[in-house]
Amino acid sequence: MLPLLQGLFNGVSIGSVLLIAALGLAIVFGLMGVINLAHGELMMLGAYSTFVVQNGFKILGEPWSSIYIFAALPVAFIVAALVGLALERGAIRFLYGRPLETLLATWGVSLILRQFVRSANWPLLAGLSLLVVLFFGAWVILTRVLSPEQWRSRRLVLLLTNLGVSLGLAITTAALLWQTLPDDWVRPWFGPRNVDVTAPAWLRGGIPIGTFQLPYARIFIIVLTVLCLVGMYWFLNASSWGLRIRAVTQNRDMSACLGIDTGRVDALTFALGSGLAGVAGVAIALLGSVGPNTGQNYIVDTFMVVVVGGVGNLLGTIIAALVIGSFTFIIGSGAIALLLSNAEAPAALVEFFNFFATTSMAKVMVFAAIIAFLQFRPAGIFPPKGRTAEL
Amino acid sequence: MLANEPILAIENLTVSFDGFKALNQLTFGMAAGELRVIIGPNGAGKTTFLDVITGKVQPQTGSVRFQGRDLRQRSEHAIARLGIGRKFQTPRVYLNLTVRENLDLACNPRKNVFATLFGRPSSGDKRHVVGLLETIGLEAKADLSANLLSHGEKQRLEIGMLVAQSPDLLLVDEPVAGLTDEETENVGALLLALAESHSIIVIEHDMEFVRQIARQVTVLHQGSVLCEGTMDEVQNDPRVIEVYLGSEQ
Amino acid sequence: MSSEVISRHQQQKRDRLLRGSLELGIIVAIVLVLMLVMPASLPAFRLKLLGRFLSLAIVAVGIDLIWGYTGLLSLGHGIFFALGGYAFAMYLKLNGPEAPLPEFFTLYGVDQLPWFWQPFKSFGFTMLAIPIIPALVASVLGYLVFRNRIRGVYFSILTQAALIVFFNFFNGQQELINGTNGLKTDTDLIFGQVVSSEAAQLAFFETTVALLLAAYLLCRWLTSGRFGKLLVAIRDDENRVRFTGYNPTGYKVFVFAISGAIAGIAGALYTVQSGIITPSIMEVAFSIEMVIWVAVGGRGTLVGAILGALLVNQARTMLSEQFPEVWLFFQGLLFLLVVTVLPDGVLGGFRRLVTWGRSRFASPSLVTYPAVEANPEIQHEREEINQ
Repeated sequence: MLPLLQGLFNGVSIGSVLLIAALGLAIVFGLMGVINLAHGELMMLGAYSTFVVQNGFKILGEPWSSIYIFAALPVAFIVAALVGLALERGAIRFLYGRPLETLLATWGVSLILRQFVRSANWPLLAGLSLLVVLFFGAWVILTRVLSPEQWRSRRLVLLLTNLGVSLGLAITTAALLWQTLPDDWVRPWFGPRNVDVTAPAWLRGGIPIGTFQLPYARIFIIVLTVLCLVGMYWFLNASSWGLRIRAVTQNRDMSACLGIDTGRVDALTFALGSGLAGVAGVAIALLGSVGPNTGQNYIVDTFMVVVVGGVGNLLGTIIAALVIGSFTFIIGSGAIALLLSNAEAPAALVEFFNFFATTSMAKVMVFAAIIAFLQFRPAGIFPPKGRTAEL
Repeated sequence: MLANEPILAIENLTVSFDGFKALNQLTFGMAAGELRVIIGPNGAGKTTFLDVITGKVQPQTGSVRFQGRDLRQRSEHAIARLGIGRKFQTPRVYLNLTVRENLDLACNPRKNVFATLFGRPSSGDKRHVVGLLETIGLEAKADLSANLLSHGEKQRLEIGMLVAQSPDLLLVDEPVAGLTDEETENVGALLLALAESHSIIVIEHDMEFVRQIARQVTVLHQGSVLCEGTMDEVQNDPRVIEVYLGSEQ
Repeated sequence: MSSEVISRHQQQKRDRLLRGSLELGIIVAIVLVLMLVMPASLPAFRLKLLGRFLSLAIVAVGIDLIWGYTGLLSLGHGIFFALGGYAFAMYLKLNGPEAPLPEFFTLYGVDQLPWFWQPFKSFGFTMLAIPIIPALVASVLGYLVFRNRIRGVYFSILTQAALIVFFNFFNGQQELINGTNGLKTDTDLIFGQVVSSEAAQLAFFETTVALLLAAYLLCRWLTSGRFGKLLVAIRDDENRVRFTGYNPTGYKVFVFAISGAIAGIAGALYTVQSGIITPSIMEVAFSIEMVIWVAVGGRGTLVGAILGALLVNQARTMLSEQFPEVWLFFQGLLFLLVVTVLPDGVLGGFRRLVTWGRSRFASPSLVTYPAVEANPEIQHEREEINQ
């Protein structure tokens, strides 16, 4: 029984990471009907932020280096939220009402972010900043200088020219810097390999229970999740912005008529959801090493949480995250197979569960279970009801 | 089918969403060939009523019979094939297809995958479509894509698509919402013309329009039938006046 | 007046015929160039590359059918692509120098051919399996999803999840299909020829061109006529379709299966022209990339899908040969740009440019809305019918 319990505990802690990430995804999906394929990369950015903060605090020495994690949380939140904000303002808001196109656009962003952390160095940063400044600067200037008619009729040509020129200048600058700067400045910050975040001393070890122990790091993650949940619940139900978010989620046009700036609500919600992904990133960093592709390992599970939980339902999301997290872990760790063989279950059954007893094969089984579940509850655990349910 | 047999018989219908009863023990019947108008204040359950008949919502209790056949547990397309056509509150036509293609899809007599793939529109179908274009007055715009039509033209096109299905019973949800007076009159005339060969249920708010077309009127209130009768009877019924104007305390 | 009407009607008919034969002429010319000129003028390596691009264009046609016309965005076409590829590779393994038991099995201590390998000894079975197995998988997955009216982004992410599941399965099962290492086909034999030999590769190239044409014609046929209009109708308003008496589930499952079968064929052709198939073909990125080919070319136009596949893959080859790091940036930017700025792709942009140029430099064409009250064509049709 003990391995099962331990499996459950580990599963719940993984489920907690999924939950923080899914929470962000779910409110954005409920509000805008948009699935953000770059959500995993925002988690990855959160994890890298943790890494950077850790190294920064290491320089400061004790006692700072043991509490870096508390600085990493807000930093990760802010970094991911800012990137999310840029993503929403720069691309997603133009794609309102076209969810499939948004899916593709966010995938593009996800590719860019992954390559960015791989090759991030000073010249690249300089080039990128230059690109952003030139492109958006020229955009703002053009819209000011030209009359609305002129702008509208030549929008495409102007934007493409603008992008071409900005891109050209940015690339040239980056390439020049790349060649002229000394090696130290050109070396990639992180490189394509995984980096390791070491948990502070007080998070290592665990509470011993019999022959096993419950690691402190995982307990920390669970506590963090609970805090995020409570905070989120409070924000949505007790703050004025939360009220606005709920209003726009239910009826966008009506809210706009009542004077709610839906554009700002979208931007804020997206930033908030992205920030939560950043916090989830801190949690991932505590669980193991992080690399450019870290986000990809979690993203599909996160989507499944949203699908199973049902749109815009906090409780559904919680249940789905915990169930999917622990189910995957328990099957993947082979706990069920072990338990069955101890209980002298039929060999075929043990064989069956052994077949799925790796992390990747467990996903196969979980997916089958999800598809089966959707046959009974196509709209998730708590489907929206009434006449508004179907569009 | 005998002319006096009810085309639609609904008994003790109850639909609730999360405890809220949108329809409550509703009983309703209508004879073949009838044109029936259903009115009622907002939230009376008018649209839910149509949802149940067309299979979009499954009732908790009660029975719905169409020409003697039970409609419960049948899906929307099966009910449509039995001969019930529905027009939605806001016009819903295929915006990226032309008017003619919209009608052609609706009048296709065999609607399974392979019949549609291998079948060619027969000359009968083509004639049907041309006739319909004339009925709804959109001959001139037959080859325009539907997103270029005005609101009123879309309403007429959708009614045309309903008729193209050759249904026995037409369900029409607020056909004149947002139309000009002239367009309203056109739609009214169209419905009256159609009533000669179809059974029709119209849901409407516009009393002027109701007076133009109505013979029998049913008033829904809080998910049940409040009263039934001719326009004059209904208008003078004290319960109806109370529901619409509120009682004097 | 009727003679005038009739002559106008005939004029239109002639126009249509002219346009049809023009299209046919262009297609025949392109196919001839591909089949005859390219093999004679390109070096073997480049020809092989072109053959690979063309097989990717086949997938693009299938994706356009479901996305461009029916509005189903599949992010899991890698599954079908890989199934087709694996089917062909298994046949080659069982009939090559390694027969009867491919070498890798002995590495894992397997001394008997697993049961599901057995039928792939037969050429006929394999040729059937290449389109049919992917089509079956697509039908089952499609039925389970569409039947519950799961659509839009939900459908997309479920296909993506399915893709990862298949990837995990193929990746993890070493004793069954050689796991991560995949199956190499280069040294195998087909009809007595080594797969990587020039003669065999030429044959594969010609087959690819022929099958691309076949896929194009099939989808062309499916998207014209009533069936094609219904696909567009499902994309526009699925519920309306339902209340009109059609069951959209059947239609969606059908086109999804066709699209899967097309991807399977493409996968088989791609495999023999690259010499290996591994589970990495089912990586998430590759399947989404397939969608962007269609988007770049212009979705909803089959020619656009083909064009897009060729363009993007050519760009990829050029860029990743010279600056491998830039490719991902470029691809990401491509996704963003195409979706925001060029939603109709290159073809749509080109068309817009032509209209713009015409309105600018040629005599402005007449806008016919609201249309002339009595359309002569309808008048004529009515006369024709009433005769």
